[in-house]
Amino acid sequence: MTAVSTPASLLQSVHAMDNAEVLRIRNDFPVLDQLVNGKPLIYLDSGATSQNPLSVIEAEQEFYEQRNAAVHRGAHHLAVEATEAFEDARQTVADFIGAQYEETVWTSNATEGLNLISYALSNAALWAAQGRGSSALKDLAIGPGDEIVVTAMEHHANLIPWQELAFRTGATLKHIPITDDGALGLDAAAEIIGNRTRLLAFTHASNVLGTINPVAELVAMARRVGALVVLDACQSVPHMAVDVKKLDVDFAVFSGHKMLAPTGVGVLYGKQELLDVLPPFLTGGSMITTVTMERAEYLPAPQRFEAGTQRISQAVALAAAVNYLSETGIDRIHAWEATLGQRLVKGLESIEGIRVVGPASGAERIGLAAFDVAGVHAHDVGQFLDDRGIAVRVGHHCAQPLHRRLGLTATTRASTYLYNTTDDVDAFLDAVSGVRAYFQA
Amino acid sequence: MLSSTPFPASGPTSRPDHTDFFLETGISTMSLDQLYQQIILDHSKQRHGSGLAETQAPAGASTGQSHQLNPVCGDEVTLRLAVADGTVQQISWDGAGCSISMASASVLSEMGEGMSVAELHSVIDNFREVLRSRGKVQADPEILGDAAAFEGVARYAARVKCAMISWVAAEDALNQATA
Repeated sequence: MTAVSTPASLLQSVHAMDNAEVLRIRNDFPVLDQLVNGKPLIYLDSGATSQNPLSVIEAEQEFYEQRNAAVHRGAHHLAVEATEAFEDARQTVADFIGAQYEETVWTSNATEGLNLISYALSNAALWAAQGRGSSALKDLAIGPGDEIVVTAMEHHANLIPWQELAFRTGATLKHIPITDDGALGLDAAAEIIGNRTRLLAFTHASNVLGTINPVAELVAMARRVGALVVLDACQSVPHMAVDVKKLDVDFAVFSGHKMLAPTGVGVLYGKQELLDVLPPFLTGGSMITTVTMERAEYLPAPQRFEAGTQRISQAVALAAAVNYLSETGIDRIHAWEATLGQRLVKGLESIEGIRVVGPASGAERIGLAAFDVAGVHAHDVGQFLDDRGIAVRVGHHCAQPLHRRLGLTATTRASTYLYNTTDDVDAFLDAVSGVRAYFQA
Repeated sequence: MLSSTPFPASGPTSRPDHTDFFLETGISTMSLDQLYQQIILDHSKQRHGSGLAETQAPAGASTGQSHQLNPVCGDEVTLRLAVADGTVQQISWDGAGCSISMASASVLSEMGEGMSVAELHSVIDNFREVLRSRGKVQADPEILGDAAAFEGVARYAARVKCAMISWVAAEDALNQATA
């Protein structure tokens, strides 16, 4: 060990990530060290789910070995320890996204977070109609004549909850179209987001196109008409610095398993003044103040939205994952993945018969690329790559309307993370260049 | 299972990656080629029975039609089957999907026409048994004909549905046509 120490922040600003560092990082991820079909595993499916570093696995194990208990109840030592770990984890995650502790709600995943908002909003209409709860609910209630706006590039998780909210409330669902190069049509957005718009929901970064959407411009459009803004941050929070206050969104959701944490835990961010008045989605234990046989009064956020025994060890592990990302430097990770993303797109564009969807090389995108191979179905592409130890995602990536818009039923997607080298990308490109010949396309 | 000449002779239809795969990975090469046998690749491109709109069921035949969708991958098959005098007269279909699913529909359509209703039921049952056996039940070419080529699919759990989708549609259509 050398005696010289450099402040982490300085290191981060000075040193860009490189393959040598990535190979050291990879040592922290046991699952990546294996052969698949006799070839070293090349994992390019982090957009679906990421892998866990030892520190995350150990954090969850340590919790079960030393502190496991139900939180927020019981006066015993373990219960206190577990509650502390659980709430410290909340603070860690809140700090990571620039939120307040009270604004950071645990969910099972982003999908649950979006459904939570959807149901809380339709419950708001029911409460307001009966004079229940805060008078502020009247302004949040959505009803016939109101409009909910999404985009053509949404994951089903940020589409269907709004279809169902429109169904329950009588509101109308509209969507912002995309351009042929996979960007949102902002002129169209300005037309569509109007005085009837009550809610605008869109993804920060597309899980298929790789596009990073202009949050500030969209938020400004929503503010002009007094609409709420919901941000799907599943593909952004794991990969780039996200400050929910600077973005000025009303709600944001993301999943732990896409950011080095276990499955089963996600986060809903909501502005405190909204979370404290919105009716709950799930009800039951741990989220109440007074209960009679007839009715109940509810705690403020975050407990208001955390009914029942929580995913405690997963939350603790998610905090460990956040620490891992912070120690590596989220800006450095963002820059590295941008490099990998460009390398992917540039390489794919140079292979005959490949059509990359989303922004062309040179244009900003996150570290993933989805593409069509002329004459070969995505499932066959995925099978061929798997034979070479390369793990990718194939199918519609939970975005059927987007694929229909692109004139495709399925694509193949390679998605990178901080543990991928440029060699991984090159091996992938080399394999893809052999696909059409193998299938005689 | 290893044959002395594991690869098709080189020529216009040879697959350039075979040798590399075999030298580098041995078993895995064999598996991929067992999955994607030449007959499957051929049928996935020259699709027998494809085109519902272009074919008309023979006059007097009773028909059944079934639409099957695999929501996981989007594979989709709509298959119409015409029966007269206890014999399958015609199998037509439309579909979109991977090479396994399209080839499987093509092979089924080709071999099913002319079979008796009982024969086709029995072949479908046999095909299902082989495909769901995880490689434990070998395909008998005497029973399955060209469909025996799908034996390799059984070892790829994620692809079994691809091979089965048109056969499930045929079973449903057959039941409708003979109800």
